[in-house]
Amino acid sequence: MLRFIVRRLLQLVPILLGLSVLLFAWLRALPGGPAQAALGERATPEAIARYNELFGLDQPIWVQYLRFLGRAVQLDFGTSSRTGRTVTTEFLERMPGTVELTLFAMVFAIGVGIPLGYLAARRHGSWLDSGAVIGSLLGVAIPVFFLAYLLRLLFAVELGWLPGSGRQEVRIDATHITNFYVLDGLLTREWDAAWDALLHLVLPGIALGTIPLAIIVRITRASVLDVVNEDYVRTANAKGLSADTVRRRHVIRNALLPVSTTIGLQTGLLLSGAVLTETVFAFGGVGSAIYDAIFTRDFAVLQGFILMLAVVYVLVNLLVDISYGLLDPRVRVR
Amino acid sequence: MSIEALPPEGALRTDVPVLEVEDLSVTFARRGEQPTRAVDGVSFSVAAGETVGLVGESGCGKSVTSLAVMGLLPRRGVQVGGSVRLGGTELLGAPDRTLRRLRGAEMAMVFQDPLSSLNPTVPIGTQVTEVLVEHRDMGKKEAATEAAELLDRVGIPDPTRRLKEYPHQLSGGMRQRALIAMALACSPRLLIADEPTTALDVTIQAQILELLRELVVDSGTALVMITHDLGVVAGLCDRVHVMYAGKVIETADRHDLFARPRQPYTGGLLASVPRLDAGRGIPLTPIRGSARDAIPWAEGCAFAPRCDNAQDDCLTEVAGSTVPLEYDGPGRELRCRHPLTHPSSTAGATSSGSTASGAGR
Repeated sequence: MLRFIVRRLLQLVPILLGLSVLLFAWLRALPGGPAQAALGERATPEAIARYNELFGLDQPIWVQYLRFLGRAVQLDFGTSSRTGRTVTTEFLERMPGTVELTLFAMVFAIGVGIPLGYLAARRHGSWLDSGAVIGSLLGVAIPVFFLAYLLRLLFAVELGWLPGSGRQEVRIDATHITNFYVLDGLLTREWDAAWDALLHLVLPGIALGTIPLAIIVRITRASVLDVVNEDYVRTANAKGLSADTVRRRHVIRNALLPVSTTIGLQTGLLLSGAVLTETVFAFGGVGSAIYDAIFTRDFAVLQGFILMLAVVYVLVNLLVDISYGLLDPRVRVR
Repeated sequence: MSIEALPPEGALRTDVPVLEVEDLSVTFARRGEQPTRAVDGVSFSVAAGETVGLVGESGCGKSVTSLAVMGLLPRRGVQVGGSVRLGGTELLGAPDRTLRRLRGAEMAMVFQDPLSSLNPTVPIGTQVTEVLVEHRDMGKKEAATEAAELLDRVGIPDPTRRLKEYPHQLSGGMRQRALIAMALACSPRLLIADEPTTALDVTIQAQILELLRELVVDSGTALVMITHDLGVVAGLCDRVHVMYAGKVIETADRHDLFARPRQPYTGGLLASVPRLDAGRGIPLTPIRGSARDAIPWAEGCAFAPRCDNAQDDCLTEVAGSTVPLEYDGPGRELRCRHPLTHPSSTAGATSSGSTASGAGR
């Protein structure tokens, strides 16, 4: 088990090296540059040259890369050319927002998706089943940013039921310890702050959760339909177990195996930033940070964030593989 | 669950055969499709300590019969008619709760493929103890001790360790033993074994059959053995019902059946068993065609298209009824108009019937 984890972590090294080379080349190939973005359209060539010299952007690209690499191994990704703060600080401030949003979206997707998929399978061929299948098709097909706009327009702008932007009302003046706003509110017993932060998660969370929801419904449904016809379910019934035991121990447990893989992969995807959704809701997570950084050619932020998100993604997938072994004894790693 | 624990109206009687199946029919009807009658007018009974074989090719309705007895057929699209009584209690049309109370406790089943019949994600131990917890009101600890004893009884070495293992960690023979242990957990009065040895290799097959035989002898369980393997029948069964296309076509006790098969189909089954003493180069003698060549019983004898003895009247109805299952000497029943004849039988030995090659030896 330990060897398996170490091997997977070592695989991160080539992944990150390759990714950093690609990123570096890609960013330098973009038209314009940080100097122009910072100093404006009409900056004089002299000013731009001075700016580049200051940030080391006048050096040959491989020198820049080696310098970047040397600092990156010490978790120093430089400072943001936009805010002047270190990339690591920015990341630690932004990531908790994305984590909260991801958790909300996945709880929504799992909480609705698994029961719905299960019921659709048990009432195979009913209107509920057809509804679930068509609904999940729509869920996958609707572009997320469109749905995000729609939700915001309807529930925030028109009806005013839920907040439509940001992570928390500014006037609440909450204390932030961990930057997980909901958690902070609970830790400091500022219940109103926690509740407000939670409300801010609802609309972006639902928008973000629709694709995982749709996928979970479909996979749960298909998987339950498979499992109820398995021989071991017939055995369980032949043993005279109560309908409830058969359902819990023999049907659902096995039907959820493929669902758990999907949940893991989707969580990894959402964690690596929902650029569109976060932008629509002006949600201060890593997604909107990346969006801003692209427009201001904030190389340091882009490089740092994307590399750290790659680490997060690989770690989440490692967790998925480990947890799959816990669920299915046949693939348990020794 | 002991018999005393059952409410009076559900009490199983001991003065009647353990299992009585009367005129059982199963029809599969799917919307927009012609209904298929998989089992048609099957009757048999099994007494305590008796082993009855249901024999036939794949698709002859023997497995469907057993699932109908257990009440395990899907409810939708399936019509079950006739009567199935367990210790005098009618099972057809009984509510789901009654059936669940009887299944596992009074009647149990061992299935064909031990790997797919076990839940891959639940330890063997839990799969054994859940029966005990359900039907014998045992606590988890008590059930675990009992489960270890059960595994030991069916010949699984080191049972305490095995209880913690998962199905994929056991060998094929051990899995089948574990399934048998689950079936026997509550000492059921009826055990149905649906081709329990088909998925196993030959040496294991013999061990499993021996195990089943011991259990029947020791506990007086009524055993229904479903098989296409005549070797299993010869080794285990007291009485044999040969099925073809959903109907019983010949019934006899084991010795009579092997010595003097009357239905040409039975004769063909016996003749098609490969023999080591047949000499080199002598071809096997299969039955012509396949089970798919059967014609509907309403048009005559379903086996007629494949039968060497078939004559014109096999394909025509007599008095509007299909070929009936009739008395054919003591303890025997036969559904055939031109049965095989044997020199030793009282019927005219001179008639045209060809003696089954397998039976002559």
